[in-house]
Amino acid sequence: MEEIIKEVVIDEQEEYTINMGPQHPSTHGVLRLVVSLKGEIVKNIEPHIGYIHRGIEKMCESITYPQIIHLTDRMDYLSAAINNEAVCLAVEKALEVEIPDRIKIIRTIISELTRIQSHQLFWASYGMDMGGQTCFFYGLRDREKVLDIFEETTGGRMIVSYNCPGGLMYDIHPNFQKRVKEFIKYFRGVLWEYDAILSGNVIFRERTIGIGRLKLEDAISYGITGPSGRASGFSCDIRKQEPYSAYDRVKFNEVLYTEGDTYHRYLARIEEMRESMNIIDQLIDNIPEGPYFVKMKPVIKLPEGEYFQRVETARGELDVFIKSDGNKNPYRVKFRSPNFVNLGVLNHISKDFKIADLIAIAGSLDFVIPDIDR
Amino acid sequence: MLLNTISNALSTLSEPWWKIFYDFSSLTQAIDEGLRSSLSPFWAVTIEMLIIGVVFLLFYALIGLFLVIAERKVCAFIQNRLGPNRIGPYGLFQTIADLVKLLFKELIPIKNADGFLFNLAPYIVIIVNFMVLAALPYGKGLHAIDFNIGIFYVIAVSSMSVIGVLLAGWSSNSKYSLIGAMRSGAQIVSYELSIGLAIITVVVLAGSMQLSEIVEAQRTGWFIFKGHVPAFLAFIIYIIAGTAETNRGPFDMAEAESELTAGYHTEYSGIKFAFFYLAEYINMFIVAAVAATLFLGGWMPFHVGNWEGFNRIMDFIPPFFWFFGKTFFVIYLIMLFKWTFPRLRIDQLLTLEWKYLLPINLVNVLIMAFLVLMGWHF
Repeated sequence: MEEIIKEVVIDEQEEYTINMGPQHPSTHGVLRLVVSLKGEIVKNIEPHIGYIHRGIEKMCESITYPQIIHLTDRMDYLSAAINNEAVCLAVEKALEVEIPDRIKIIRTIISELTRIQSHQLFWASYGMDMGGQTCFFYGLRDREKVLDIFEETTGGRMIVSYNCPGGLMYDIHPNFQKRVKEFIKYFRGVLWEYDAILSGNVIFRERTIGIGRLKLEDAISYGITGPSGRASGFSCDIRKQEPYSAYDRVKFNEVLYTEGDTYHRYLARIEEMRESMNIIDQLIDNIPEGPYFVKMKPVIKLPEGEYFQRVETARGELDVFIKSDGNKNPYRVKFRSPNFVNLGVLNHISKDFKIADLIAIAGSLDFVIPDIDR
Repeated sequence: MLLNTISNALSTLSEPWWKIFYDFSSLTQAIDEGLRSSLSPFWAVTIEMLIIGVVFLLFYALIGLFLVIAERKVCAFIQNRLGPNRIGPYGLFQTIADLVKLLFKELIPIKNADGFLFNLAPYIVIIVNFMVLAALPYGKGLHAIDFNIGIFYVIAVSSMSVIGVLLAGWSSNSKYSLIGAMRSGAQIVSYELSIGLAIITVVVLAGSMQLSEIVEAQRTGWFIFKGHVPAFLAFIIYIIAGTAETNRGPFDMAEAESELTAGYHTEYSGIKFAFFYLAEYINMFIVAAVAATLFLGGWMPFHVGNWEGFNRIMDFIPPFFWFFGKTFFVIYLIMLFKWTFPRLRIDQLLTLEWKYLLPINLVNVLIMAFLVLMGWHF
């Protein structure tokens, strides 16, 4: 009882702390931020993580490679298919399997669709963070269409588990190409609404331009990747740097800005949706015929050694490191998840801004909490 | 006995019953005379007060329930959804079900909260609402108290609701609540100025603070048309400031759910939470009703110059419906703001008030005074 009362007393420096989370509407999950405030001004942020830690990396050590795929879905659940791809690529690299074009192209299309739906949800929830609840429904309305395509082809809506070592779980649905083309046509038509409701809104621009500016040096030294890093001018797109799957045969722009503020982190994601649609446009009519998987041994055993694969998820660079001792289980697995690294910069860029700006900045970094905790 | 008196009074009405919609004073005077003929003046007045109190209680609940469902339907319309559609036809009874749920919910006692103030706060907000509702003119002859400083009374009383909000935030012993309450305090105190000045613009034009006289002065034309640009400007400023005053988005800093979870009513549960919730909607109704009375002619029908036929048709719609039509139009505007705009930041909110609205408003009052002095209005 005594202790509780002591905590409530505001200390002499007139700074007080509030707990944002683990249950808070705008931390998007069980992230807990211990925020020191002076009035409304943020003085320090201490992120407390681990509320949804499941030990995915440790669990990977006791299961086989095809089983690992299903765990990766649960890390960044909004980039599920891309996470699958990372592990598959690492395993295929280790086994030196040649992957046919059909599989590569389908994987790329699915990855880009995943990126689009992830950014749609970002837009939806960011609008909600800023107090404009209408965005949420507009964003989810469009995301539903991507999820329907996923459901038809992969059987899952969010947790797709579509890739497997050596190819895909199932062949694409006969309607796939038609529906993707329909979706692209539809989404090109409604993307202006996103700008009309949020990007062009005076209140929104006032609240985001110049807020939470991240310099290029800081972006590099903190290792901020993905749209958040590219908004600061950090050219870090793995699809360009180390093309995997079919990214070497498509033309697209890496969205780069130099301002690095909240508004441009937001804008980078909107532009990336356009680029993703361009990529899908180039590939969707060029899916060659052929098998959808390469015949693998019934039990996949990686030769002894260390394997590494980088992919670009919707939030940044995901690295997979697998150390194998020649067994059917990996000896050690490590994921470098983009969200965990991006969270590190939160305190640096939101100091001395208001508490409302903290929400805007945290929202623009687009956290997915299960990916931070793994 | 009371019922007998009222039914006697009703039966003495010479006109068909629906005529009272055009002039309620025939009904109220008949009741008054009926009561006074059988009772001493003291008891007659007491019973009249009771009747009015009960009527306002019912009215309050009805308006609250209606506005909640209306807002949910409007926001569903804007957001591409259906809104509540399970309970009753088109989900119309949804709020009644919600209210019943809130009534039965446990009132969670807060440790280390200041119990007395904590329980007092919702009642202050509610009572303030009641006091304002009593002074509004709802239709011809439907005006509970007609003060000679009516509009001044409305501003003075309605700004007292900030006390309830501050008490709620302070006594909850929660930092989120406290931040929300302090924001709300700063916000309401600032925007009260804009509301006051916008109203003064109209008072200058009307030459009176009495609400019935302000409405009567608009017989020849609503003030928003009568007062040229200044009146229109005052209307816009009034709507902005009124939205801020009711703590509704884009100015919902006090509850800013994405920042402060729920602001000053974070710790309230059950019916006490419902009181705050209802009070917010009634506040919106009051702001809209005052806007309708001051700028859109109150219960006066819409007339155009000397189009006799058109004016006759407009007169056929009872004043009662004119008032509510205009009020709900303004409410719809305020709802549109909430569901289209993102939220402002607290410093931007205060900048908007002190650097833009207030100076514009001051100049506006001067221009209006000049217009009235030169007799340039219609």
